[in-house]
Amino acid sequence: MAGRKNVRNYSPVQLATASIVCLLTAALCLGHPPSVRADEGTYKLGLVTFLSGAAAGPFGVPARNAAELIIEAINAGTLPSPYDSKGLAGMTIESTIIDEAGGGTKQVGEFRNLVQRRNVDAVIGYISSGDCLAIAPVAEELRALTIFFDCGTPRIFEDNDYKYVFRTGPTSTMDNVAAARYILELKPNLKSVSGMNQNYAWGFDSWNDFKWAMGVLKPDVDIKTEQFPKLGAGQYGSEISAVMVSRAEVIHSSFWGGDMEGLVLQGAARGLFDNSQGIFTCGETAMFRLSDQIPEGTIIGGRGPFGVFAPASPLNDWFRKSYMDRFGTPPTYPSYKMAQAILGLKAAVDKAAAAKNGKPNKEEIAAALKGLEFQAPSGVVRMSLGKGHQAVQEMVYGQFTKKNGKPEIYNVRRYPAECVNPPDGVKSEDWIKNSLKQTSCN
Amino acid sequence: MGSDRTPIFLCAALLLLLVVGLFIPNWLVFLFTISMAKGLVVLGLILLMRTGLVSFGQGLYYCLGGYIVGISGQHWGITDVALVFLLVVLAATLLSSILGLLLCRYREIFFAMLTMAFSMILYGILVKSEKLGSTDGFIIAQATLFGWQPEVEASGTWIFALAVIITLVALLVMHLYFRSPMGFGGEAIRENEIRVEYLGVSPRRLIYIKYVVAAVLAAFGGAITAVAAGHVDPEMAFWATSGEFVFIALLGGTLHVAAPLVGAFLIEIIRTIALDLAPYTWQMILGGSLLLIIFFLPKGLWSLLPKRREEEGL
Repeated sequence: MAGRKNVRNYSPVQLATASIVCLLTAALCLGHPPSVRADEGTYKLGLVTFLSGAAAGPFGVPARNAAELIIEAINAGTLPSPYDSKGLAGMTIESTIIDEAGGGTKQVGEFRNLVQRRNVDAVIGYISSGDCLAIAPVAEELRALTIFFDCGTPRIFEDNDYKYVFRTGPTSTMDNVAAARYILELKPNLKSVSGMNQNYAWGFDSWNDFKWAMGVLKPDVDIKTEQFPKLGAGQYGSEISAVMVSRAEVIHSSFWGGDMEGLVLQGAARGLFDNSQGIFTCGETAMFRLSDQIPEGTIIGGRGPFGVFAPASPLNDWFRKSYMDRFGTPPTYPSYKMAQAILGLKAAVDKAAAAKNGKPNKEEIAAALKGLEFQAPSGVVRMSLGKGHQAVQEMVYGQFTKKNGKPEIYNVRRYPAECVNPPDGVKSEDWIKNSLKQTSCN
Repeated sequence: MGSDRTPIFLCAALLLLLVVGLFIPNWLVFLFTISMAKGLVVLGLILLMRTGLVSFGQGLYYCLGGYIVGISGQHWGITDVALVFLLVVLAATLLSSILGLLLCRYREIFFAMLTMAFSMILYGILVKSEKLGSTDGFIIAQATLFGWQPEVEASGTWIFALAVIITLVALLVMHLYFRSPMGFGGEAIRENEIRVEYLGVSPRRLIYIKYVVAAVLAAFGGAITAVAAGHVDPEMAFWATSGEFVFIALLGGTLHVAAPLVGAFLIEIIRTIALDLAPYTWQMILGGSLLLIIFFLPKGLWSLLPKRREEEGL
């Protein structure tokens, strides 16, 4: 090898690089000594949501905005009743935010950092179901109070029992069961459906739930075609052709974010929705952004009673108005779900504090949150599944229309939680296949 | 060749790490474990790189290792680490000895693209497997060792110890291999394959063996990651994961068996702390450090260490 003469002589640039990298690493490491326990007056909250990647725009950032808004209001004590007390049982919330990008293994590492290095008192976060599945056992191992706010898979609490893990948002089961119910009320003589869902767990689960529910509620409905384009593909020309050729009466899609907007734009341009009724289970996030392009009468859902589907209440009015004033756009469902997770935590901490007349520890907070019924901008949230760790709510669908240039929803149908969710202890799949038919919504 | 002190240094360094592991906080133990797992994958990768071949598909075996651990725990009820790791080695050897027959005929970009293609095939299959949780992946049953089930709270530490031991063995074996005629054969192939053939050595056979060894190392890395993180998903076979391994290899350099470990640890620590300090711009910090290293230390971090005579003689 060449360079024998240079054995111990480095160029200044090399040395500079090495020292910069070393200094950077050292500074970063030392910059965060394992911090001492926060003083009594603060409650450290770790927030995890997508700040980069495809899910940041439609989900991550609206959720972060809502978190900012709600945390400031809680600290200032300016929320309407029943949350008009200051802080979490008087403690000021101090939040840290982390990007959810990078996949399960990475997030397990970051979760450990939050709990063990940053010493947070609770973690609220996770949009991806894969991340939720990966985090749950670790949260239990570290005995860290963790609230999932958005991920949809029912597997988390159906396959395991947890003590420190909660989810304040409903599962994806009810989106698709209610979608099947809504469609059948709208078109009692439905003959055929087609599906257009993304080629990953969310798309498969959504389509399966819808297909199973349809098969039980109206067994003679024909499935014409099932399309699974790649996640983030952007171009759906050939899938739209396949669905158009199938001539199904209804097209079910669980597309979200940019993919859903792309499908709406490309499908509308080609007349996909002229002869077929579209149903978008996550359509609510695009309602204001694409109000000129969404075809009249398209059925849209918002994964629960969120956004435009939220029932009127002083808390909801406050939330919509403050969010509008501050961020210039109405809050969509990820914002609602984040607000609801933080308020659920506040309800639990306040309740635990009232019971013992002092600062509650995490076991007491977890016990208070278990099975709790609390108010959120989206109405009542009941932690009734997963042995009191999983929330249920009503599910709402409606059709899109534009009145005097303003996007609106008509034909709104609200389904009580019991008729679109399994009872506690029953898996979604078994419930849909065995008991859905006997479950009445009235 | 003078006396080779590397094995002693390696043993000392890793035993020190083992002791340190008992005293450092849990999050750092996890970071070390993941760095070692990735370091093992990259160790296999630099074996190929020294032969002039870049594999963009080590994720195939990384993912295979992880999924074997997951499936044996969840579906076959095998949680014993010793048995599971044996299965991992068997599976990786089997698959790589079949794929290797084809791959050892290709060089340069063709080798890189083919390896990537195979790993993306596994990714595609796993995404379509709803039984295995599709892209959500699934949780791994808690590991045991010879019937002993450690406390949940202590699992991080003993998995770390396991990773240290496997890494130590792998590094020692690979160090000996790098210095054996077969090991030098790799560099000879990179420099002039035709000459190697004239010398009576079959480059294809050499590459075949190296490919299988690299596959087993990658599978070990995947298995350790799976046991430590407690969850597997198809992302492990995605090309971006394999790309990260190539990056770590460039960062650490190919000059020494321990270089991948240093590279893997550095990338993990920079990323985790960048994520903490700059939640919106952490990618820039990570990318910036990598650019600096590629511009100014093209042979990787290891080139900063003073070279010893015996190594110059290579």
